[in-house]
Amino acid sequence: MIVQSFIFLLLVSFKPAPATHVRAYDTPNDAGGSVTVKWDLSKDDSIVTKYEIIRIIGSPNGERVSAGFVLRGTNSYRDVDLKNGQKYYYMIRTWADGEYSDSEITPTPAIPKPQWFHTKRVVALVILVIFTLLLWYYLQLAKKGAPLWIRKIAGLEAIDEAVGRSVEMGRPILYILGLGAISDIPTIAGLAILKRVAKKAAEYEAEIIVPNYDPIVMVAAQETVKEGFMEAGRPDLYRENNIMFLTQDQFGYAAGVDGIMVREKPGAIFLQGLFFAESLILAETGHSIGAIQISGTTSVTQLPFFIAATDYTLIGEEMYAASAYLTRDPLALSTLKAEDIMKALFIALVGLGTIFESIAILTGAQGFHFLKNLFNMF
Amino acid sequence: MAQVFWTWVAAFLTLAIFSFLYKDNPFYKFAEHIYVGSSAAFWLVYLWYFDIKPKLIDAWRMNTGLEKYILIIPAILSVFILLRFIRPIAWISRWAIAFTVGMAAGLGITANLQGFLVPQIQATFLPVWVPSHNFWHSLGLSVNNWILVIGTVVTIFYFYFSKEHKGTLGALSRAGIVFIMIAFGASFGYTVMARISLLIGRVYFLIHNWLHIV
Repeated sequence: MIVQSFIFLLLVSFKPAPATHVRAYDTPNDAGGSVTVKWDLSKDDSIVTKYEIIRIIGSPNGERVSAGFVLRGTNSYRDVDLKNGQKYYYMIRTWADGEYSDSEITPTPAIPKPQWFHTKRVVALVILVIFTLLLWYYLQLAKKGAPLWIRKIAGLEAIDEAVGRSVEMGRPILYILGLGAISDIPTIAGLAILKRVAKKAAEYEAEIIVPNYDPIVMVAAQETVKEGFMEAGRPDLYRENNIMFLTQDQFGYAAGVDGIMVREKPGAIFLQGLFFAESLILAETGHSIGAIQISGTTSVTQLPFFIAATDYTLIGEEMYAASAYLTRDPLALSTLKAEDIMKALFIALVGLGTIFESIAILTGAQGFHFLKNLFNMF
Repeated sequence: MAQVFWTWVAAFLTLAIFSFLYKDNPFYKFAEHIYVGSSAAFWLVYLWYFDIKPKLIDAWRMNTGLEKYILIIPAILSVFILLRFIRPIAWISRWAIAFTVGMAAGLGITANLQGFLVPQIQATFLPVWVPSHNFWHSLGLSVNNWILVIGTVVTIFYFYFSKEHKGTLGALSRAGIVFIMIAFGASFGYTVMARISLLIGRVYFLIHNWLHIV
């Protein structure tokens, strides 16, 4: 009985061994305001209920606050929302039921600060530098008048046909920029195509309607259409009210655009930008009113619907090539050429990676994993 | 009582939106205008309480030093956008748009390189033969790798713009579009399944919440 009571008391008042070797340092490659704390697990980790991270501000005797908790088996914690430039010390409190033991306080302070360079992005930097050099080279070639060729893109060839057909039918043109914001690259590409469509519409004296999901995109669309009409020498035909804001609700926007489609009955519909679940609703309604439709997006999940329901589709990068394709501007064409060379380099890299990985797997020579490891490292 | 009323309103609006499947009609128009109007108002309030107020007004009150004064830049750009309503100086709004487009393009390049391009290249570094305890198992894994590597390479060839797609390049590009279409076919089927579940959700609302049939 006495022995049992002694064991019981021992278990109840058992203090776990503390966490050891606590160290804290500024979290690397971040925007500041964060410290990473690491420690060696308590020797009694199997019965530990949690580790409490105690933040000590200013000096080892400074104010102590609980920064957070982690479960047993975890030996690191990222303390966030800290003040840059402030000194922080840390201590780990190891809990087992109601009992706890404290570790030593970190010997040196951790001072959070932002980093200017993300060392894990070296590969991206190398790719960008190579691309910039290629771009510069082809730009110089283009300036000297070297011919830069671009293959036929059916969806872009059909723009004039679609605008012409709409004019013949005496119907307006509907241009839908999707749900993207002005910060989305597909929206910017969609605006480049809009300029060409607006110019053509002005030349043929056709009405163009652009309902918008985002108010900033609406402003950009108004500027783009106005510029297209001015380039065509018909600023008098520009109607700002035809480029309007609908709503920033996905299906509210889809309902509104569908309403415009069935009431205005456009002869040509362009769906160019970033689309989500509303893509098929829009494309099917456009199909039902008999309009010629040219779509384009980079949303991989929506492209199948556009391919099924519209007459022409610009797949992914074909949208980005539109600006160069439509203007034939040497500067834009040189970017395409530089991109193509980069693609060839990537294909070569994939080939090399496959060969090295195959050798590594078949011979067991770990050194041949170097290319994969290089990408892992950075 | 109020719940019953709003269930009837929701059911009526659902049926009014579905009536578009027949053709455009006054019920659809009514539901559409309510939807567009109320959602525009909702987002206006949402943007005020979740963007402008916390990120600009509250942040101005709470921050100090550089973190406080840097907020002047987005505030000025926001005012520039609103200058569109004053015709003689409406052109200033272009500065804000130019800033946003330039910033987005710059951020987009790094994000896409780091988030998509680099991981995808790395994921394509695959051995042509995967050893295993069983020959057929090895063959299955290896064929999977071949499909991934060949599919990636020929798909890139499809997006090669500065050369005419004739001869070898033409053949590779055609193979690329076959891979793309197979991927799209799979994605189409998968997404249709998801859409059907959305429809089921709406029909369930009508027969359960509204009609109490099930």
